[in-house]
Amino acid sequence: MPAVTQIVRLNVNGDLREIGVPMHFTLLETLRYELGLTGSKQGCDKGDCGACTVILDGRPTLSCITPVCEAEGHSVITVEGLADADGPHPLQDAFDLHGAAQCGFCTPGILCSAIALLEQTTSPSRREVKEALAGNLCRCTGYSKIYDAVMSAAQRLQVEAHLDRSHR
Amino acid sequence: MIDRPRKSQSDLQLIGTPMRRIEGLDKSTGRAVYTDDIVLPGMLHGKILRSPYPHARIISIDVSEAEKLEGVHAVITGGDIPTKYGIIPWTADEYPLCTDRVRYIGDGVAAVAAVDEDLAIRALELIRVEYEELPAFLDPYESLAADGSTPYIHEPRKEGGNGNVTKQVQLEFGEVDELMAGSDVIVEGKYFFEGSTHTPIEPHCAIGLWDGVGKLTVWSATQVPHYLHRELARVLELDPARVRVLQPLVGGAFGGKSEPFDLEFCVAKLSMLAARPVKILYTREEVFYAHRGRHPFHMKYQMGCTKEGKLTSVDAEILLDGGAYASFGLVTTYYAGQLLCAPYSMSAYRFDSTRLYTNKPACGPKRGHGSVQPRFAFEIQIDKLSEKVGLDPFEFRRRNFIGSNTRTVNELRITSNGFLECLESVERASHWRRKFRRLPFGQGVGVAGSTYISGTNYPIYPNDMPQSGVQMQIDRSGRVSVFSGASEIGQGCDSMVAYIAAEELGVPLEYVRVLRGDTDFTPVDLGAYSSRVTFMLGNAAIDAASKLREMVQKAVAGEWEVEAKEVLLVQGIAMWAPDTERQMPIREAFNLAESRFGTLGATGWYNTPKDVHGEYRGGTIGASPAYSFTAHVAEVEVDVETGVVEVEKIWIAHDCGRALNPVLVEGQMEGSAYMGFGEALMEEQIFKSSEQGRAGLHNAPSLLDYRIPTSLDTPELESLIVESIDPEGPYGAKEAGEGPLHPSIPAIANAIYDAIGVRVDRLPFSPPNMWRAIEGAREAGTLVKPSIPDGVQVAPGAPHAGTISSGS
Repeated sequence: MPAVTQIVRLNVNGDLREIGVPMHFTLLETLRYELGLTGSKQGCDKGDCGACTVILDGRPTLSCITPVCEAEGHSVITVEGLADADGPHPLQDAFDLHGAAQCGFCTPGILCSAIALLEQTTSPSRREVKEALAGNLCRCTGYSKIYDAVMSAAQRLQVEAHLDRSHR
Repeated sequence: MIDRPRKSQSDLQLIGTPMRRIEGLDKSTGRAVYTDDIVLPGMLHGKILRSPYPHARIISIDVSEAEKLEGVHAVITGGDIPTKYGIIPWTADEYPLCTDRVRYIGDGVAAVAAVDEDLAIRALELIRVEYEELPAFLDPYESLAADGSTPYIHEPRKEGGNGNVTKQVQLEFGEVDELMAGSDVIVEGKYFFEGSTHTPIEPHCAIGLWDGVGKLTVWSATQVPHYLHRELARVLELDPARVRVLQPLVGGAFGGKSEPFDLEFCVAKLSMLAARPVKILYTREEVFYAHRGRHPFHMKYQMGCTKEGKLTSVDAEILLDGGAYASFGLVTTYYAGQLLCAPYSMSAYRFDSTRLYTNKPACGPKRGHGSVQPRFAFEIQIDKLSEKVGLDPFEFRRRNFIGSNTRTVNELRITSNGFLECLESVERASHWRRKFRRLPFGQGVGVAGSTYISGTNYPIYPNDMPQSGVQMQIDRSGRVSVFSGASEIGQGCDSMVAYIAAEELGVPLEYVRVLRGDTDFTPVDLGAYSSRVTFMLGNAAIDAASKLREMVQKAVAGEWEVEAKEVLLVQGIAMWAPDTERQMPIREAFNLAESRFGTLGATGWYNTPKDVHGEYRGGTIGASPAYSFTAHVAEVEVDVETGVVEVEKIWIAHDCGRALNPVLVEGQMEGSAYMGFGEALMEEQIFKSSEQGRAGLHNAPSLLDYRIPTSLDTPELESLIVESIDPEGPYGAKEAGEGPLHPSIPAIANAIYDAIGVRVDRLPFSPPNMWRAIEGAREAGTLVKPSIPDGVQVAPGAPHAGTISSGS
């Protein structure tokens, strides 16, 4: 007895996609199983670990407890959508440089939470970074190198913003 | 072992500098592939039905309704795979699915493969299992007292024996009783270490693919692909030459994926029956049932010292709560005693260590296998002794330093030892002398030290083959390909072999490809356990790379008509040492070598020295080619009204021999301290008693209820790398992944004592446990700041003295 399917229209990483999925599918299931965007991870499937975090209209959102229909009409950014043709996002590069990813399984979710913060401010305090990441469990790093990466990416974004302004 | 010339220390170009990981950008862009990211054409989803009882006989299993469900392709029960498995060959006591008895809530009894996960779950609901409940043993003391009037958890190995005992070890070194009696000071204590579990963020996952004519392929999030390969072949009665294990990137493990699990056998068998690929992904709840985490330890220590503070005698009694199966328990039972004999010397030591089965998920190896628990007790005992003889706890530890190039009381060989430098680093960085016993009531600092192995000297199944092998080949493009069977679980071993290849062959890091995680084309490495990988794989990689380097040097030297040893390979260029203007691109040098020697490839390998331990029974367990050393200082604030302990900061100094890449070493140190902190304050793998509901049911099998530290919980962590340059390690390196966990817990316990004068002897130091201890102290009138020991004469702000003063 197959589940009842529905057609959903999603804007994922700037692409408009129309997909038939079972009614009860979450955004995470849709991303991973229907769109092949496996960067977002399933660590607990109940909103406890944060590995599935994506950016929904600028806000970090747990895709494993978001019914896919709720994402219709909103912009969804996943880890695959953070880099552009010029290369990785400064935070992705900083993660690599600072050793902020060990096993890497929590990394996509942490990047989404941190980038949502950096969209708000490029001069966060260490405390603000900790608070922004409080919903993302990392079992490898003890978080220190993650803070280092976020702070250094913030600095780079500040410098880039400054250069942009002076070029104008 | 490796008699080839290695580059001298001053020649190193890359090693020791901060470097990126080779898969770092894959991980931060979402390209990295983990097992659950793999989808094969026609793949089915599997699910395992699990026991609702902690101890029961299986009377019957009826799968007929499940089989009839449309979309279900295979259903299996214990009888389909009736061979026991186990990571330790002598204690194989598990079936892939239970045959006639279940031994914990969560034990697997049947498995299905269906077109999707929802259908597989519905099929499980249609399976009817009839059980006959048996009395359960939930407490190890009950297991120990069993007389056979109710069924033991396993059949006794000897007639009339207690089938609830996995293993008992009693070892004695020196005159324990005489020296204890002659000690000036003796302290005794009872300690309880609550169990904890690994909780990697990636749940276990496996995919089986049977090709229909004899070849089995299994992808798994395992940290031991080689042992999995062997067990799959043995249990499924397949030709090992036709079994292939692939290991995608692993999303954390910490010891929790270091043996075969039911899902790996089930995906294989289901695929064989369904003739389709089958995936099983554990739910988070199942990860808690799979467990193999830290054993709960009930410990009793008696320790003596002279009035000058020299350790005389140590007497330990330990009961291990093992859960339902043996897992690594044989080794754990030994490690509980064997790994305590450094970094301090002691004249006599005895331990009596017994592992009991209980009807709970099996315990096994978690980061710092078997030695984190006794270290917790031992380092508190050291703190108590220091206070009794009136010494600063740093001074007490220095006076008992075992030294380098020596043997422990249990005859383990110690080579490089940077423990004194570790002590000095954390003492200085934490401003210890201004804080110890001098902070206001409620605030305190504590210190602890430890040691850990850099790999076990012997493999899990007896053999004389190398513990680690590497194959390297050089391409005409200048590329170096490294075939490595080592297990990348996040610690960075794939990057580590790449650094070595780049260093030895003088190519930029971007020229090195690491081909990994596939038993079809990589030499055997035994796995990511016992902190063995850097030491063993690193030496194997140097062995392989230096063979290739010599060929390239000879070929270039022939062209230039100079001595081969004068040819340097550095950062993409071959140059002549006496006149470095004389150069050629490395690609040209490689092409010259291929012209002269033919296709360029080499293997390298490492095996351990065999004369590093005593010849007594069990003497090999705990033996390692090298030992790491660690010291921590923790600073805490305790609220005596609520029992809340805040850890402000942990300073971590670790002797890793040489930091091949300091970024990765610091990451291991910080991750270890974080994990120890979590065990100290928050984590409890506990089970309900009959008064609390369903006896034997996991109390909190979710990441909401089993609390691991978030960013807001975790203290500030400061890493201080100490390098002792080990004579046998790759460029002098030793382990960094497990040792730095050990002192976190006792350092926090000792800091709590410094803060409020209360000794905490059971984990975790959670508000309920703390509050009880505080109330006890309040009633006894001992809830006060401890006084400064007589021997601590250094005034605040006095110059730092880092040397050992003479104590005797």
